[in-house]
Amino acid sequence: MSKIPLQFRHNGRDIAIFVDGGTNLLVALRELIGDMTPKFGCGQGGCGTCSVLIDGELHLSCLTLAETVAGRSVETLDGMRQGPNLHPLQRAFADHFAAQCGYCTPGMLMAAKALLDRNPSPSRDEVIEAISGNICRCTGYEPIINAILAAAGGRVSA
Amino acid sequence: MAVTVKTFTSAGEAAGALSSDRSARYLGGGTLVMRALNEGDVSISTVVRASDQALTRIDASGPRVTLGAGVTFARVLAERDLAFLHAPARSIGGPAVRNMGTVGGNLFAPSPYGDFTVALLALDATVAVQGGFGAHNIPIEEFLQGRDRQAGTLVLSVSCTRPASADAFRYRKIARIKPKGGAVITLAAHLPVSGGRIAGARIALGSMAPTQIRARAAERALEGRSLDAATIAAAASAAGEGTSPSDNALGSAWYRREIVGVHLRRLLSGQE
Repeated sequence: MSKIPLQFRHNGRDIAIFVDGGTNLLVALRELIGDMTPKFGCGQGGCGTCSVLIDGELHLSCLTLAETVAGRSVETLDGMRQGPNLHPLQRAFADHFAAQCGYCTPGMLMAAKALLDRNPSPSRDEVIEAISGNICRCTGYEPIINAILAAAGGRVSA
Repeated sequence: MAVTVKTFTSAGEAAGALSSDRSARYLGGGTLVMRALNEGDVSISTVVRASDQALTRIDASGPRVTLGAGVTFARVLAERDLAFLHAPARSIGGPAVRNMGTVGGNLFAPSPYGDFTVALLALDATVAVQGGFGAHNIPIEEFLQGRDRQAGTLVLSVSCTRPASADAFRYRKIARIKPKGGAVITLAAHLPVSGGRIAGARIALGSMAPTQIRARAAERALEGRSLDAATIAAAASAAGEGTSPSDNALGSAWYRREIVGVHLRRLLSGQE
């Protein structure tokens, strides 16, 4: 079967690849571009660890047909750090022990970024709602919620 | 396994491609079809898409509301004129699923999903579909009864009449996992009142049968009466009549039958 050419912006960089028909965005990112930050969890939309931003909107890359992002902008955790510095959300996750095994962390950070980009000072309930599609089996969520609130409030140690 | 993806600019062409190929599935938001592909569903060899803007149109200005099949739940939530549909839209998935999942796709979501459709069934929605031979409208109840045979048709839009008041339409999704989880059961009630009495009650249930169904015995118990304690008790005790729930990881059929009346009573009496 013939390959389909696909161009989009990946963390601010123009990317051109060839995909098979039916390839999902997660496979395209990990296997064709080499961005290993979005993880494969369930493949069903239940866990959220493959979360990425498409034109600034939170999407599940495993349920996104790769060719539907043609001409659009895809942001992953790989593009979050600011040069040599961690993004304030990443810093807050480290400071508040919000990552244990770390498998949910990329999705949690993207869900948190999607929230803070639109709502810079969310309430605790809004944070809980924002990460409600992301499953964490280690932390019990409290450290993650606190980290996101701390990042929003700028209460992050340097 | 690679599939062939066909993208059309008009819904009509997409409907033609769907009706002529038994192994074709229409890709909306991806939460059902991409999931099936990820699981290796070999019955799908062609994926059909349409970039037709008519499919993502919302007409919510008048008493009759029309949602294009490709309208996402996030867009329903962003629309102030659709406040009566915010509770069912918000009860679905997390933010990512609501940014992707569509009103049209929800009509095909198997139990324990399809919560939005429960609301649409209570609201007596009309589904506009296009087959190989043109478009027509189907009452949602008829659509759901024949859902398995709808494979070759494309849903274009869903429309319903706006409830007369906020109190006339009620929705409740029962999930074990907070804040978000699959439904144990889902309930929606449309209770138009005329002269202090209920006229044209519609109660819809999710996860109480293979598709979303109406609780007709409970509707009969409400019809022509005022919403008092005795009427609510009669409707609640009739809630399970005609249902055929099944066991799944979220709850057993027995449990669902036990709780459906309890939650209908709470819904009708306005309890949290």
